Amino acid sequence: MLNRKRRIAWLATPILVLAFAQVLCAQTSAPSPSTDTNARLAKLEQQVADAKSSADNAWMLTSSALVLMMTGPGLALFYCGLVRKKNVLGTMMQSFALMAVITVLWGLFSYSLSFGAGNSFIGGLHNLFLNGVGAAPDPDYAATIPAQTFMVYQLMFAIITPGLIAGAFAERMKFSAMLAFMVLWSIIVYNPMAHMVWGKGGLLNASLGGRFPTLDFAGGTVVHVTSGVSALVCAMYLGKRLGYPKQPMPPHSVVLSFIGACLLWVGWFGFNAGSALAAGSLATSAFVATHFGAAAAAIGWAAAEWLRNGKASVLGGISGAVAGLVAITPAAGFVKPMPALLIGLIAGVFCYCMVAIVKAKFGYDDSLDAFGVHGAGGTLGALLTGIFAVSAVNPIFKDAQGNTLPSGLIDGNAHQVLNQLVGIAIAWVIAIVGTLIILKLVDVAIGLRVSEEEEVQGLDLSQHGEEGYYWETPA
Amino acid sequence: MTKIEAVIQNSKLDAVKAALQEIGVEGMTVLEVRGHGRQKGHTEVYRGREYSVDLIPKTKLELVLADAMVDKAVQAILGAARTGKIGDGKIFLTRVDDAIRIRNDERGEGAL
Repeated sequence: MLNRKRRIAWLATPILVLAFAQVLCAQTSAPSPSTDTNARLAKLEQQVADAKSSADNAWMLTSSALVLMMTGPGLALFYCGLVRKKNVLGTMMQSFALMAVITVLWGLFSYSLSFGAGNSFIGGLHNLFLNGVGAAPDPDYAATIPAQTFMVYQLMFAIITPGLIAGAFAERMKFSAMLAFMVLWSIIVYNPMAHMVWGKGGLLNASLGGRFPTLDFAGGTVVHVTSGVSALVCAMYLGKRLGYPKQPMPPHSVVLSFIGACLLWVGWFGFNAGSALAAGSLATSAFVATHFGAAAAAIGWAAAEWLRNGKASVLGGISGAVAGLVAITPAAGFVKPMPALLIGLIAGVFCYCMVAIVKAKFGYDDSLDAFGVHGAGGTLGALLTGIFAVSAVNPIFKDAQGNTLPSGLIDGNAHQVLNQLVGIAIAWVIAIVGTLIILKLVDVAIGLRVSEEEEVQGLDLSQHGEEGYYWETPA
Repeated sequence: MTKIEAVIQNSKLDAVKAALQEIGVEGMTVLEVRGHGRQKGHTEVYRGREYSVDLIPKTKLELVLADAMVDKAVQAILGAARTGKIGDGKIFLTRVDDAIRIRNDERGEGAL
């Protein structure tokens, strides 16, 4: 036994010596080892960064397109199916016009007012005409994608937000007044609110050191509370449609609304998962929460309706899904899937009650329920975000040493609910005051409502000189 | 000559048409109409708001026949359109003074 072991050791020695010699030779044959490795490492690091940037950019450009799809055709179809057929084009045009008009404003100055460096309330004018918004990333917002991608992504949010308000004044507002209102609303209400929540140095910004850090992942306060509350103000200021509520005004095509709502659901993945501003695991988390919220809310609304009316309607199901998507918007990148289900379920039932019971009780004509769904659902969602946000999903709060702090109430940060309330309150106040001022201005300047004659005729003919459906075309 | 106007269920149009063709009726006019008799409409609920729909879609047949054909045609319609439930519709008969074929000025029963 011993002999055998010794023999193996003897045999192994020359092999080891040879191997060692080879290593020595290899090292001496490379002329300047450290510079070469460093150069290659640097190159590799650059390539890794480029690959990550390309991946993130691909997702963010896709998300931008998805969010635009939410306005046209998503929202346009959702809303136009709910009006009478004489107003189908007028309603679609209210969404479509914004795709053009807000885009121009955004390029000229709105991006700068929202995301340029400024004070706590509004951005400055450094990025006027997109000055300085190019291929280089803006690390304050998204370090891996071109600033121009970030700009165009945010533009899609600025387009859909005023579009949501149109649901409140459907079937009775002049096209010219609508344009004037939307332009002013975008500047006076949307730009400051976006700056406060998402902009550098904004009062409510949670990730860039705001005074009252409000958790709003994809725009619960910025998009849905502002538009929904403004919608309520519009509905009350403009007054009811002729004949409401005595004359029946059922949706002229739930089919169109159905297609629109499903497009909204799909587009919302760009809205929420895209708000991660990268293609990483946070986007996945937001994607899952979004989907779960929508599904649970569709069930919540339809079930509430089933219990109350004995039937679960298609319009109820899709309205519930949209309500759930609204409510999960601020929470998407902060909550786990099970709380997302819960948020959706609560939102579905709550928004149904707002639309079917509260609206009827107060008698305002929020024609397509922009307040009942977006205002109410957005407020609820923003509040629930403060309860269900956890740092395990998104470690957004850190102390001076860089340690992660708890996010929401169930995470051990009860104070966050208060911050959410501050954010919600500011969104409500800006929306109410801003909208009232704008409505008064436009009313005095050009008048808001179409004449009675035009309202009876319908917006399609009176405002645009067209008809949506012209069946009697001669052969 | 007699004009038969029959308001029937939409779903019964094909059966009525076939029954009339079987007894030799050669022409008819069919209209999509809305209306109600004793059958009450239904209610629809959109986002919690109730709308009552009292004008129900129906199909109306119009045919002008020589008097000898009228009873047979009425029997054919009754046989094909009846379900025995409220909403089956009604048949109206009216005297017709004259009929004129546009193509060649032919008049009376010969024009039918």
